[in-house]
Amino acid sequence: MTNTTIIPAAERKLKNRIGVGTTIRNSCTLAYRALLKMFKSPEILVDFVVLPIMFTLLFTFLFGGAISGNIPNCLPIVIPGVLLMSSFTNCTTAGSKLREDVDKGTTSRFKSMPIARIAPLAGSLTADLVRYLIGGITVFTTGYILGYHPEAGIPAVIFSILFIMFVAWCLSWVFAFISLSTKTISTASAIGVVVMFPLVFLSNAFVPTSTMPGWMQYFVLHINPLSSVVIVVRQMLTYGTIGADFRLALFGAFALLCVFIPLTINAYKRKA
Amino acid sequence: MEVNTIMKNNAILAVEAYGLVKTFGNNKAVDGVSLSIPAGSICGILGPNGAGKTTTINMLATLSKPDAGNIKIFGYDVLHETQIVRQLIGLTGQFASIDEDLTALENLMIFGRLYGYSRKDSKRKANELLEEFGLSDVASRALSKFSGGMRRRLDLAVSLIHQPPLIFLDEPTTGLDPRTRTQMWQSIRNLVKGGSTVLLTTQYLDEADQLADNIVVIDKGRVVANDTPDGLKRSVGSSSLHLTVKDTDNTANAAQIIERILDAKVHLAEASELIVPIENTDKLTDVLTKLKDAGIKLSGVNILQPTLDEVFFALTGEGSKDKKDNKEENLND
Repeated sequence: MTNTTIIPAAERKLKNRIGVGTTIRNSCTLAYRALLKMFKSPEILVDFVVLPIMFTLLFTFLFGGAISGNIPNCLPIVIPGVLLMSSFTNCTTAGSKLREDVDKGTTSRFKSMPIARIAPLAGSLTADLVRYLIGGITVFTTGYILGYHPEAGIPAVIFSILFIMFVAWCLSWVFAFISLSTKTISTASAIGVVVMFPLVFLSNAFVPTSTMPGWMQYFVLHINPLSSVVIVVRQMLTYGTIGADFRLALFGAFALLCVFIPLTINAYKRKA
Repeated sequence: MEVNTIMKNNAILAVEAYGLVKTFGNNKAVDGVSLSIPAGSICGILGPNGAGKTTTINMLATLSKPDAGNIKIFGYDVLHETQIVRQLIGLTGQFASIDEDLTALENLMIFGRLYGYSRKDSKRKANELLEEFGLSDVASRALSKFSGGMRRRLDLAVSLIHQPPLIFLDEPTTGLDPRTRTQMWQSIRNLVKGGSTVLLTTQYLDEADQLADNIVVIDKGRVVANDTPDGLKRSVGSSSLHLTVKDTDNTANAAQIIERILDAKVHLAEASELIVPIENTDKLTDVLTKLKDAGIKLSGVNILQPTLDEVFFALTGEGSKDKKDNKEENLND
């Protein structure tokens, strides 16, 4: 610095605490960073557009007939399922960017700075909301083109997308925890797939539960939390109402946050 | 006014570390390092790979907690006043902490925002720094197109955005070509002109010599010397004489003659190669004449600047590391 004189340490105003305002500001800055990176990366088109469209077409045309006899009838069942599947598949990669930062050393620099510890995590995961949003819009648009016009109208669609975004955000803390705890990124994504597939497919997302054997029905309806999420979305889109499952899903999501935010922060601290 | 500030700076210590210990498993990476660095000076930590340089810097820069010992940065305790310390330091590590996908300007602005500056101020500061580091032309280019030297400069610029009074540079020039290296040195000197204190680690004696007011040599986690560059060189000899004798039977004899003339201890590099510190090159003629008189034939004569290896030999009586080992590590860099 040829022209600037450094202010000596003794003459600076310094605080040893990081307030809530700073925490939110830091998180927003890092969310902005994640978004900038997201829109510059090549895989974005696949995540946002190709995957949701592919899932919608695949499930409608391949399984549609088998599920409900004909294509138009299957859409109210398939679309909520695809909405859930595409956003939750995106969810499994939530921690990969964080892990990249840790492996490259960016995290070390963050750690040497007077910023909130949770900001890099919160920023990165919150930026992912945009992925879920665009994915959701793509699914509904594709569905609309195929002839899906939900009875409850646009407000129900907006509600469904927001609801899925929230649930996916809560769930992404779990996957962030996994990718920060494993030895390599590829282990984490393998675990992500292994966890996600049974949860999505062993649910009521695509097929009526009545055709399943008893034990599987029990798992699908009483154990798999994603079934509640699907029921909420389907009910909303078809009848425009909210049932008991909504409360159950919210409660589950909050429970996940309470458990996994501290766990993830802890894993992050250990890795950095 | 300026004199006033400088006097005040001199009165305080930027870094005061005492008895630092850090153990990883069974490996004592840092074993009782103590440092004190007056504000406004450059301190160079010199040591081979694995000596504990980075571990030391990580503890000073609040990245890891020491197992024992205490650290004060400008009088603030690193363990208890961590957030204050973090506002006073800038760290440029060996890692690339900048984003490949983003442009130089975006990278700098994000860090400006994180340090609490407004959008406008971040942009202004970012542009000032880009100007200063000669990166204005490429400000809006993605980093993936940057050369190694440009990245390193940008990395340094990032750690200066909040104008910290203390800057840690972990091997700032490792892997850079000579020209970029000189540019980097100039940037580092400018920092101190502005009133900053700099702590840098290096594997190169000439780098520490060029930049540092004080050099701390560490090996195997311990401080083996703490001196000014001149003092350090005096203990090693400003340069060294390398002689290769033709007939290895004469080695011992030659060593005796050389030790008598130069009054310094001869170090045997190989069976036929003798290395000895030489203060005064005029004495070289004497050495050569006496060896000729004794009938000892030479196949090589060289005068070389001291290497880190020789510093270690002079200080600890053993080489810093297996030479072959060092070469391999350099290749990996």
